[in-house]
Amino acid sequence: MGVMTAVTVPAGAVKVRLTAEEKRARILGGVYFALALFVLWAFALGVDSNLDATFKLSLPRDRVKDVEWAVNTRLVGYIVAAILAFLGGVQLTRGFAKRGNLVLGIGLLLFVLSFLAWAAAGTSFSLVGMLTSTVLLSVPVTLGGLTGVMCERVAVINIGIEGQLLSAAFVGTIVGSAFGQWTGLIAATLTGALLGAVLAVLAIKYQVDQIIAGVFINIFALGLTSFLATRVLGPNPDLNSPDRFTVIEIPLLKDIPVLGNLFFKHNLFVYATFLLVVALQVGLYYTRWGLRSRSVGEHPKAADTVGINVFRTRYLNVILGGMIAGFGGAFLTLGSTGRFEENMTAGVGFIGLAAMIFGRWNPSGVLGAALVFGFARSLQQKLGILGTPIPSEFLAMAPYIVTIIVVAGLVGRARPPAADGQPYVKQ
Amino acid sequence: MLELRGITKQFPGVLANDDVDLKVSEGELVALLGENGAGKSTLMNILYGLYTADKGEILVDGEPLVLGSPAESIAAGIGMVHQHFMLVPVFTVAENVILGVEPVGTGGWINRRRAAQSVREISEQYGLEVDPNALIEDLPVGLQQRVEIIKVLFREARFLVLDEPTAVLTPQEVDELIAIINSLKEAGKGIIFISHKLKEALEIADRIVVMRAGKTVGEVVPADTSENELAALMVGRPVELVVRKDKAQPKEPVLVVEDLVVQDDRSAVAVKGLSMKVHAGEIVGIAGVQGNGQSELVEAITGLRTPLAGQVILSGEDVTLDSPREIHRRQVAHVPEDRQRSGLVLSFTVTENMILDSYYDPPFSKGVVMDWDEARKQAVELVEQYDVRTPSVDVDLSTLSGGNQQKVIAAREFNRDVKLVIASQPTRGIDVGSIEYIHSRIVEERDNGAAVLIVSSELDEVMALSDRLLVMFDGRIVGEFDPKQTTNAEIGLFMLGSGGDQPDAGGESGERVGVSE
Repeated sequence: MGVMTAVTVPAGAVKVRLTAEEKRARILGGVYFALALFVLWAFALGVDSNLDATFKLSLPRDRVKDVEWAVNTRLVGYIVAAILAFLGGVQLTRGFAKRGNLVLGIGLLLFVLSFLAWAAAGTSFSLVGMLTSTVLLSVPVTLGGLTGVMCERVAVINIGIEGQLLSAAFVGTIVGSAFGQWTGLIAATLTGALLGAVLAVLAIKYQVDQIIAGVFINIFALGLTSFLATRVLGPNPDLNSPDRFTVIEIPLLKDIPVLGNLFFKHNLFVYATFLLVVALQVGLYYTRWGLRSRSVGEHPKAADTVGINVFRTRYLNVILGGMIAGFGGAFLTLGSTGRFEENMTAGVGFIGLAAMIFGRWNPSGVLGAALVFGFARSLQQKLGILGTPIPSEFLAMAPYIVTIIVVAGLVGRARPPAADGQPYVKQ
Repeated sequence: MLELRGITKQFPGVLANDDVDLKVSEGELVALLGENGAGKSTLMNILYGLYTADKGEILVDGEPLVLGSPAESIAAGIGMVHQHFMLVPVFTVAENVILGVEPVGTGGWINRRRAAQSVREISEQYGLEVDPNALIEDLPVGLQQRVEIIKVLFREARFLVLDEPTAVLTPQEVDELIAIINSLKEAGKGIIFISHKLKEALEIADRIVVMRAGKTVGEVVPADTSENELAALMVGRPVELVVRKDKAQPKEPVLVVEDLVVQDDRSAVAVKGLSMKVHAGEIVGIAGVQGNGQSELVEAITGLRTPLAGQVILSGEDVTLDSPREIHRRQVAHVPEDRQRSGLVLSFTVTENMILDSYYDPPFSKGVVMDWDEARKQAVELVEQYDVRTPSVDVDLSTLSGGNQQKVIAAREFNRDVKLVIASQPTRGIDVGSIEYIHSRIVEERDNGAAVLIVSSELDEVMALSDRLLVMFDGRIVGEFDPKQTTNAEIGLFMLGSGGDQPDAGGESGERVGVSE
């Protein structure tokens, strides 16, 4: 994908159709121009020429306060529109070859910048606040995506991440309220592992269709937690008020402007998520476990013929993946809101799956994708506060639209592990 | 010394191995000969621990082997080069070689340098040159096979099983493989060479063991036997090994392909401006190593794939953008290369498969209702006529043997007035008896005035069947030959793409009669 193959059509031959790359390049060129025109019309000409947007780059409690960046909205609009138009021109004439996705990413980022300058025209907007909440919102998505990576790298499709997160969040809050947050965390992680084991047994031993097994887990989790939430948590509110994990500020690093707020003033969950991403990325590509896991997902028979136990590898990874989801569920209650609510995951598990695909089944890619989704959701929340003329329903759609655009447009055809979803049958 | 004693394995409905004995010593090459379904692969899978035998034992140097575990077999020094390579396509050569026995440091950290080093050492020792850091999916089949052999040697195997190793190779690659095999023999490795090709077995084996229907039916030394004798042993009756046909009487062109450009599934250009003609009353064969655009060419002609540029003309009409059904209705018969994937529905009955191409027409369909009585009548008739061995027309196609499945396709496709026959790998994986039959049907279609295009990676097959032979390499036709006036070796050079550089290679025997490009 993205590789431009030189198609030489012999003289006299009738060209029948465009190649997929040619089509994509043209559409992309059109998209750049459309964005440029839109920016020009809405974000530049659509505002008074003397309005400034002020981006706050620090939070009130910071040591270095009141770092701000003020820009003229219309000027930003002009510049961004010009750059987008230029990118569109290059795209249509020459193309960006392998850097196409990178350029598209930059283009979209510029568009968002201009959009923010428009939304905050004449007022101020806490950029750091938004980015910090981006990081927080991306945590459960990342953990869900990592669960997906763990499972699908050994060729087990896990649609049940949503249910694993939800169940773990529920168990986390009850056990956390009764026995303390650490016990709650362990219980939540074990809950994820248990549901992972259920999926593993259904998918590996009984070769149940993996999509159905996953959907079963989701429905089961939603039904049971909702029922218990009204019957048990409702009358006993003290079972739904665990101590939350507190923020651990990292000395020195926390005082770095912008980055300090973004990355070094969080609780255990956020740090652990970042560490987990690094560990899994390294583990998958540089260790024996990773090589064997990937071989089981790509060509299980080959793995079997060299003496690797395909079934054991699958069980292990699916259960470990469940533990990651359990950890993510614990974050939702013990690390974030501090209480369980009915269907509080609201699709985070599925967005995690999308992040896995967007991230091409790589842990680092999952993190990148999760940050994009987190950004979209955070943007939606902050714009609600700013009070833009955009209807809130549209803002609420933003994260999902981003999902669709990103998966369909940016990623193109990603290649899943070759045996993904296929049970292994030994003769 | 490796010894299999009294191996018996029962599969549902089939006795795959019936009290089989086999012995191999160090430095010896035993050819295990037999048709598909004779039980060779089952026997080897038992040896390698992929299947468990119902009865019997395996001894390595007199010590009994624990059966049913590849790990145990590997540890006992048994290695296997599978017919369908057991390589992970997205891994590098070195990664595939070390998989399962990785050189690791603390924490399971893989030592890549040592892995690559080991691969290089083995490469040098046995003349198996390959880049340890290349991705498998980028390597041609011949090199992938080397990786399989290196993989086995890396595990310090003393006995190697090569399962149909030449099936996927060009004649030149076969020569290289034989050189490698000889160096392995010199190093004292015992080799079991599985094949259904008689010539090969006669050439390289020290001993030949023939299997039929799960039993060993003969053990001979190459010097004391002949191809005909071996074929009779394999099939159980005397077999015609050459295709009988009269001289072709080519008439008007039926299929004309002009400057065709076709992309493969990954959007790479697979057919690069190819032109050719097939006339009524002739069989044109396309030889070539798999993956040089043959599949894409056939799919473009039959309407299964839209070409990027160029034209396909059938009896004077442009059919480039026609749907498969439209092309089918223009009296084109297509025997696809992978019958189980694209030619048949295995979970349908024989009857259903027989009318897959015409179910929507009377008499099988009356308005929206199917007339199954008519369909069944037709199926019974065709089963009779094409000698399909099936208990009834109502059994699932998956219960039939490969040869009989292929006969079902032939029956369906040839059972009408056909102008053009396109057959890809028409005899892949089917028994000698059925091959004989399918070949004679194809020749019969030609004699009835059809234009026939055969695509096969089995060089012997296209050489025997074709009246005119085209060689395809890298998406183009690189040579055209009269099969009677050329040799396998010459065609082999062209199949590797080096024929054009040496136009005089084998010049006395082969005559190039104009390259149509």
